[in-house]
Amino acid sequence: MAVWGPANPAEEDARGSTVLHSLAPSPAGVAASFAAMGARRLLVVGGIALIAGGMLFGDVFAVFVLHQNGGETGARLIEAAQAAAAGDPAGVEAVFSQIGGLLEDHGTKVDAHVHMTGAGYLALLLALVQPYVALSAGSKKFLAKLFLWGSVLLPIGIFLIHYIGLAYSPFAVIGWASVLADTAGALLTVVLLAEAWGLWAYFRSRRANPVEPELPPDRTWERRALLAGGTALVLVGFAHGAWYAGVHLYEHESRETTILNAMLDSAAASDTSRIRQSADDFGRLQAEKAVNIAAHSHIIEFGFLAMLLSFVQPYVFLRGGQRAFWVKVLLAGSLILPVGVFLEQKFGLVAGGIADVGGLLVIMALVAMLVGVVRYTGYLDAQSGGAT
Amino acid sequence: MSGARKLLVLGGIALAAAGMLYGLHYAVFVEHQTLDRLGGSLASGFVHAAGRQMSDARADVASYGATKYDYVRQVDLHSHWIGLGMLLILLGVAFDSVALGKRMQWVMAFALLIGSTMFPLGVILQTVSHGAVYARALAVAGSALVIAALAAVTVGFARPSA
Repeated sequence: MAVWGPANPAEEDARGSTVLHSLAPSPAGVAASFAAMGARRLLVVGGIALIAGGMLFGDVFAVFVLHQNGGETGARLIEAAQAAAAGDPAGVEAVFSQIGGLLEDHGTKVDAHVHMTGAGYLALLLALVQPYVALSAGSKKFLAKLFLWGSVLLPIGIFLIHYIGLAYSPFAVIGWASVLADTAGALLTVVLLAEAWGLWAYFRSRRANPVEPELPPDRTWERRALLAGGTALVLVGFAHGAWYAGVHLYEHESRETTILNAMLDSAAASDTSRIRQSADDFGRLQAEKAVNIAAHSHIIEFGFLAMLLSFVQPYVFLRGGQRAFWVKVLLAGSLILPVGVFLEQKFGLVAGGIADVGGLLVIMALVAMLVGVVRYTGYLDAQSGGAT
Repeated sequence: MSGARKLLVLGGIALAAAGMLYGLHYAVFVEHQTLDRLGGSLASGFVHAAGRQMSDARADVASYGATKYDYVRQVDLHSHWIGLGMLLILLGVAFDSVALGKRMQWVMAFALLIGSTMFPLGVILQTVSHGAVYARALAVAGSALVIAALAAVTVGFARPSA
């Protein structure tokens, strides 16, 4: 019987596999749901590549830009307070315009990272709902291509905003990079609306079956580990967010205004050492907020990623043992990164380094799974080529 | 598609769409003005301090604090509704793998949808009346509901079979 066959051809000689084959989907069912250059295949491969690319960019940003940018912003804040102490309002305004530039530099890089990984998650989510999108195969493939183009151009546009500014722009406040980012964002919106329309058409038609082969039921160890591990990560992230909101949010908000008032009082009294103390306090508070928010958002995102990747496992053309290994690496990295980020307040750069290692583990697992998916597409295409 | 899955997928789409529409409205009509006020009040506080007008400087810092309080919660509503909406859609696709009875699955799906709607609603209501107890209670109850349901779903995913 087909259901007793291996989950994918690479498992045929997987002696040490932890997979219970009786619970794995049949190879024919998996192959039918992964048509050559179909929408689902494009979205799965593109989605994983976008997430890996976005995470790599985030890791590079964290190591080479984040702390330096924070240090410079703190230094400018001290300059602004010193200008206020010297009774120089023009100097204050000039420094604040520099702070604006630094915040733009920081913000556009964070946004490029977030949008690239976010688009990757959406691509994987769209791949999952394809059986319930009542559109033709050609339309779905076209939408998938459009989505991937938009997903690549959006973070590029956002990243370039800080560097291109208003150069050669015919508009008063919008530069060419913003135009590129907005156009890409509009492209993604159009695709999502079309997909939502397809979903709506499916639910309205009250069809008994999906419009294309659904992924067969899968209860392998990898699927369960990623689903349960992913949900547990989301749960921990959610609980941490609730704890932060309940215990620290109001205190942080009140402390911020207290520090700013103290800084202005010190500036009015021309007390340089107290200005520095207030700037340090302000920097520490921003760091406290940033690590809590980053730990919260990253652990939830990784949980989401693990759950999404659980559906991709039947397409990962690696031996059962290897697949289980990369699942463990992904889950370990998904826990190490946010915990490392959270501990950065207490243990400084050591914890930051551990967090970066966690990020690297997730990237490695993603790339390994991407390689597995690409190998599977090659295997399927070679088989269909051989049959014709 | 089971009732629990339908509830999660359609509820998730509705929640994500509501979050996006709120974000669009906020970005077009409110955000730029809010960010201008945020940066402007902080810079103005330093300028007033340079002129030794300390009561004005304090008023600027208070305005900065109040604006930021609202801004953080507006962005939170937008991002949490969209994020939770996407989570519900994803759980909806995977819900057949939750090794719990059909009735329990439906209860979990309902709890997730109600909690995901209530929690960000409680957050945004805090801007109507700063620090209002009823708004905080709504947010706490909503998040508790989501946490409890997620814990049950985690167990359901981890079990080999129902």
